[in-house]
Amino acid sequence: MKKTGSQILCECLINEGVDVMFGILGGVIIPFYDTLPQYPQLKHILVAHEQGGAHAAEGYARATGKVGVCIATSGPGATNLVTGIADAYMDSVPLVAITGQVTRPLIGKDAFQEIDITGITLPITKHNYLVTDTASLAKIVKEAFFLARTGRPGPVLIDIPKDVLTSLTEFVYPDRISLPGYKPTVQGHPSQINKAARLINESNKPLIIAGRGAIISQAYDELKQLAEVAQIPVITTLLGISSFPESHILSYGWLGMHGMAYANLAVEECDLVIAIGMRFDDRVTGKISGFAPNAKIIHIDIDPAEIGKNVRVDVPIVGDIKPVLQSLNKDIDRVDHIEWISRMDTLRKEHPSINIRDTESIIPQYVIRQIYEITKGDSIVVTGVGQHQMWTAQHFWFDKPNSLITSGGLGTMGYGLPAAMGAKVAFPEETVWCIDGDGSFQMNIQELGTIARENIAVKIAIMNNGFLGMVRQWQELFYEKRYVATPLRCPDFVKVADAYNIPGITVKNKIDVIPSIKKAMETEGPFLLNFIVEPEENVYPMVPAGAALSEVLEEPLKKVRCK
Amino acid sequence: MLTSKHTLVAMVTDKPGVLNRAASLFRRRGFNIDSITVGHSELPHVSRMTIVVVGSSAMVEQVRKQLEKLVDVIKVADVTGEGTIIRELALIKVKAVSTTRSEIMQIVDIFRAKIVDVAADSLTIEATGDEDKLSSLYNMLRGFGIKELARTGCVAMVRGGAKSAAIDKESLKDIQ
Repeated sequence: MKKTGSQILCECLINEGVDVMFGILGGVIIPFYDTLPQYPQLKHILVAHEQGGAHAAEGYARATGKVGVCIATSGPGATNLVTGIADAYMDSVPLVAITGQVTRPLIGKDAFQEIDITGITLPITKHNYLVTDTASLAKIVKEAFFLARTGRPGPVLIDIPKDVLTSLTEFVYPDRISLPGYKPTVQGHPSQINKAARLINESNKPLIIAGRGAIISQAYDELKQLAEVAQIPVITTLLGISSFPESHILSYGWLGMHGMAYANLAVEECDLVIAIGMRFDDRVTGKISGFAPNAKIIHIDIDPAEIGKNVRVDVPIVGDIKPVLQSLNKDIDRVDHIEWISRMDTLRKEHPSINIRDTESIIPQYVIRQIYEITKGDSIVVTGVGQHQMWTAQHFWFDKPNSLITSGGLGTMGYGLPAAMGAKVAFPEETVWCIDGDGSFQMNIQELGTIARENIAVKIAIMNNGFLGMVRQWQELFYEKRYVATPLRCPDFVKVADAYNIPGITVKNKIDVIPSIKKAMETEGPFLLNFIVEPEENVYPMVPAGAALSEVLEEPLKKVRCK
Repeated sequence: MLTSKHTLVAMVTDKPGVLNRAASLFRRRGFNIDSITVGHSELPHVSRMTIVVVGSSAMVEQVRKQLEKLVDVIKVADVTGEGTIIRELALIKVKAVSTTRSEIMQIVDIFRAKIVDVAADSLTIEATGDEDKLSSLYNMLRGFGIKELARTGCVAMVRGGAKSAAIDKESLKDIQ
């Protein structure tokens, strides 16, 4: 039977297991939306801005591991997706973005709302497609989902001209995929795994650095087994948080610019780094020449191009983390690195890093710790980008696998609210907290409308310090306190929420912090907490940009260790 | 860091935008490309790209890996080495008057190049060879006055039985 491009697209989405899409329609994509009532199993959530739609799809994808889907029309609809697509690209999030395009005869004529979105997204997608005939649509959609979720996941964009959506063609769902240029390596090479095992068994001060790859691969058990059998301390990257339970005796926090001082110092002292699904980002390594100066490096990653890109590697293993660790674990000797573990404990004792000061005013660290205590850690936590993000990563303890959703690589302010929305849609039974800053929150504040209309019960906690806080901190430390363009004048967030019929409380006194969090938890539906916090609180520890990890500042202008 | 000239051969699916994807990758990653050529290969729907890049071996390895990440790129091989034939074609239009014409023709002979057009005040020369040969020819002719130069960039092939850039034809049967 012949079907329209729109019908074919819907059938393909259902075949790929899509149950929800986030989007906004517009002129050229009306034919697709017009078909949606024929396919009630495809739920569409209308967002307020396409960037919110892209981040919501990311939040959904990161919470579930499934492919998130966002939809936009041509021109400005498509360009508004760009930040979300770039964010997904940097953090390896499986995403399919579908954009409408002007009709084929108009392409290249600078038609109304025509934009070359495949050109624009070339460097920020894993792959992208401009569909030039309806007959190839099904094949392209199948390929797009396959590419997005396999290998190193990432965003794939499909640009579909309006007349491709309306043309009729015989619909045949392709039963297989042929991509001769795309063959991700899953199993690690046995001889490399063997070499790695030997290095691990010979090392005296091994250190695991787990990244988001361990979460994507769901290698939680394998990672734990490796750590426990050989008694290897585990630190994570920011995006690797919740790959390994933070209350585990072998967990030593996370490393990098605002990571724990003891984690950063451990990198300096260790004699072997076992890097698992991470990519040696500059925020993680600090000055690259000073990174792990005494260590050999084993690097396991599914993307061969990541190996040797930023640091020299002694044993590279290309493959999916889970099967690679399964093979590796077979060759690991049961040992106890008593001296090394006790050295790690000493480092932690000497550089506690995440103690919370007793203050009269509200400091964000305290609020975040209370959210942790009250939820008992049983929550998906989503953040924006800035100081609050670092404090959340430091002071909420993540034991539940894949429970922190945060924008790492791109550092996208405004990520929190829409991503939390996507996570909550994916898991309606779970508690989802969006911990945000006043600056970051305002960048996608319009999604309060979506949350209200769809009654998406996200609990929002804003650390309102009246500044673009992270930049203000840099200005304080490195620009002699010249606070250019960082002071904010925010609206009353509770009033804004009220306008959307979302209840909220402004919290100014420390004594009200705990009751307000409880109130938010007890109230059905979304709730907003506006915490007025200490305006000039800084995030420590801090490794200044360009410094080595060992040059971490533990408190204002005091170096832990100078070299 | 030690840098040297590397020649990469990439087999790519013959789809619109493939050259753009490769070129965009080089620009974005800051890879400095000497030349890039693309044309048909022995296989239908598969094009062959030759990329000449100057850099350290670590940098060239990154170029190769990043290229291989492109979905439309089937295989990339570094064919740098003595067993590789590298050729380029150049068209050179050089000023020539009655007093210099025969001298130019002698040089063209020595380089086993061809004169493909003669005009009252110029000669157009077609030459093929590796990059060094074409550069030497150019240098010899420079004194006469070069009016125009067009070089194609290199294509490369490994000698004899070795087929470092060859790909499994079976894996390509579904390409259209």
